[in-house]
Amino acid sequence: MSDSTGSSKPRLRMENVAKRFGATEALSGVDLVVFSGEVHALTGENGAGKSTLMKILAGAHSPDEGGLWLDEEPYQPKTPAHGRRAGVAMIYQELSLAPHLSVMENILLGVEPGVGPFVRWKELRNRAKMAISRVGRPGLPLDEPVANLSPAEQQLVEIARSVAIGSRILILDEPTSSLGQEDIRALFSLVRSLKEEGQSIIYISHFLEEVFEISDRYTVLRDGKSVGTGTTETTSIPGMIDLMVGRKVEELYPRSNRESGEAILSLSDVAGNDLPRSASLTLHRGEVLGIAGLVGAGRTELLRSIFGLDPVRKGTVRVGHLDGALSPTKRWRQGVGMVSESRSREGLAMNLSIADNLTLPRLNGLFPLGLVTPGSQHRASLPWMEKTRLKCQGPGQRVGDLSGGNQQKVALARLLHADVDVLLLDEPTRGIDVGSKAQIYELIDLLATGDKAQGIEPKAILMVSSYLPELLGTCDRIAVMCRGKLHPAHRVEDVDEHRIMVEATGSGETP
Amino acid sequence: MSENPKKKNTRLLFFMSQLGPLLGLLLVWSLFALLTGEDFVKWGNQRLMLLQTAVVGTAAVGATLIIISGGIDLSVGSTIALGTVVTAMFLQAGASPTLAALFGIGTGVAVGAAVGSMVIGHVGRVAAAILSILTAYWCWDAIGPFLAIISAVGVLALGCILNELLLKKVELVPFIVTLGMWGGLRGTAKGLGDNQPIYPDDLGWLGGLMMNSSDGGSLLPPGVWLLIVLAVVMAGVLRYTRFGRHVFAIGSNEQTARLCGVNVERTKLMIYLVGIGCAGIAALLQLSYLSIGDPTTAEGYELKVIAAVVIGGASLSGGEGSIRGTLVGALIMTVVDNGCTRLGLDNWVQEVVTGAIIVAAVSLDRLRHRRQA
Repeated sequence: MSDSTGSSKPRLRMENVAKRFGATEALSGVDLVVFSGEVHALTGENGAGKSTLMKILAGAHSPDEGGLWLDEEPYQPKTPAHGRRAGVAMIYQELSLAPHLSVMENILLGVEPGVGPFVRWKELRNRAKMAISRVGRPGLPLDEPVANLSPAEQQLVEIARSVAIGSRILILDEPTSSLGQEDIRALFSLVRSLKEEGQSIIYISHFLEEVFEISDRYTVLRDGKSVGTGTTETTSIPGMIDLMVGRKVEELYPRSNRESGEAILSLSDVAGNDLPRSASLTLHRGEVLGIAGLVGAGRTELLRSIFGLDPVRKGTVRVGHLDGALSPTKRWRQGVGMVSESRSREGLAMNLSIADNLTLPRLNGLFPLGLVTPGSQHRASLPWMEKTRLKCQGPGQRVGDLSGGNQQKVALARLLHADVDVLLLDEPTRGIDVGSKAQIYELIDLLATGDKAQGIEPKAILMVSSYLPELLGTCDRIAVMCRGKLHPAHRVEDVDEHRIMVEATGSGETP
Repeated sequence: MSENPKKKNTRLLFFMSQLGPLLGLLLVWSLFALLTGEDFVKWGNQRLMLLQTAVVGTAAVGATLIIISGGIDLSVGSTIALGTVVTAMFLQAGASPTLAALFGIGTGVAVGAAVGSMVIGHVGRVAAAILSILTAYWCWDAIGPFLAIISAVGVLALGCILNELLLKKVELVPFIVTLGMWGGLRGTAKGLGDNQPIYPDDLGWLGGLMMNSSDGGSLLPPGVWLLIVLAVVMAGVLRYTRFGRHVFAIGSNEQTARLCGVNVERTKLMIYLVGIGCAGIAALLQLSYLSIGDPTTAEGYELKVIAAVVIGGASLSGGEGSIRGTLVGALIMTVVDNGCTRLGLDNWVQEVVTGAIIVAAVSLDRLRHRRQA
């Protein structure tokens, strides 16, 4: 198959595409060529520019430089709707369906067949049925509200929607992140059959095994540039990782000599409402304990339960010598702090200032009488802003105006200001640039090591990440979570990516 | 290199955003001063306008708190009406003005407690409390005060237990809660007053709150001073206390506030307690103004109050707003009313102009935001 694509005309050509947002250069010189009837994998670290590139292709952003051609015709989408009409269908990680509407209404949303203002329901039903059978699930109930479907079925509805409008390019953004093994198999066979029909599919994924299984060709992005492209068959996973990372792994992850001290957080058989099902661990001062696992395994829920944001139904959480599940208010007082995985939804109050965000967990003691003044908030923030090397105009700047990396530094600086002993970090480097990442790794190392000369005690860090190289690089021990169960931790020297993946997917378990 | 002009630019924008509503007020005021001439600019008229602002302004100070936290209160008008009726009833029954005033403010605080409890999910408890009060009221004459209170406590306890077993937490959005209150409180006020206004014999010092004495004895009526003091205190609370910063944090991003250890539920309860308590104070001013307890008064004030807060630069999605802006917003509306009356324009013109100002003010605010982004 890949041989035949080489000679045919490209379906999509993007040349020298550049895009900047304010001061940050999201893309600078990206080339991408996708042929018809091929699955083209787009890989790269978070923040490498994949999503910006795909948003340009879908019409959500327009490029500052460079050109796009669809079937050798210039293509300049002004809006996502325009892009869809031209046949570019994007399926986002977070599905964009109207949950209250039925399957068939969702499939033909915005392109309902009709006479004047009236919908022709019969035709709508027929066309929806056709689309649904083309994606291989003719049995899907057309009248069911989409909210009642499983994530995999909802994804199918989205794909059916793009099929129904006759898309030429289908972009799948991390399509397997919320699917089980069986659904993944079904999705792959659907992708193959769409490919046979001549569709071009751009496949974005972090899971390199998947990339190697499904794709014909690949393009790797790094720091907003395309750094490599070719046929998947002729490359290897390590080769691709080298392209993605662009430097030797050790340079990125500093690791000082850490001394593990007394146990400071211990969980025994902790279960939440639904997730986690069972988690036991002991976290010591002076160590970084990583939690690996697939999305949906319950890692975030575990951190939330420890921190009191989600209920603990069973088991005990012990901080220091104190037992029991507690509210976030009490956890902060015990010296536990958390960085949320979602900066905009939960982590930061975007329209408040850096100082407001940074000092929020500990406003007392800033000014006499328990009062808070803007000046005292600024003064309290400055040392931590310096320590995290925050790039900004000053403590009064709105957090929403900072880059992702700097926002994350504010979220971390908050824990430093609150002077916590235990740091719960949920995806601390998600969606930030490589430079900020390196600085955050450095900070994590510094916190875990402490500084005896200055009398700074080492902290204990519990870190959830989906990015394995990062876990292997920063952690002392790694525990894998699979379907709500936390497996016993391994010393980092004893594991590698492969072993963690086996454990995370549950494929190592004997039935 | 490019940092300096940019910094200047943001400072200018900051300055503008602080002064925006104030400039609007000056503009409207100057316009009417030009159109109507001498009568409008006289000190006596300024004092009258401040007096006319006092009721809405006082309620709006409380509403600012609520709106900054991302909530809303549609029941302000009904709360004020109920407050005037309750205070007047106590005065009529022979209570001292101070005691009656405390009950008036207490009405606002109680409404705030009910709204706040429902917002944070305790509908069942509020229902139990109301049932318990009704029980005490019904049983009072039949079985005597002592037994009535015992049975009321029993009902309360039973209600709370049932709530814990069956309902637990049912969180409601403030819009719905206060929409219900809007009707319920107005009805309660009418019921208490038997559909009639209540005429207390003697208002005592309450009567002097809104006296616009033209003999120049005092600079401003006490009611206006009350508003000024309340505004200064509330502005201080918002800016310089932990509670105030928590109000902003909850309005900006409730999840973040929770993550950072803010006790979101308790803070919200406080917000409604204090915020609607201000409507109780506004009720005293309204009573003083009317000298009767009128269950039909202050109709539509909820929207005037929201308009004042929004003209003052607050965002209905929370996280933004200031007491100063709210006062300016309330004053703008008074100036328009007063000016239009002096120009001999019909009521409908005032309403159209006020409507236009609301939309214009918010549009300008959006524009400012876009430039900041």
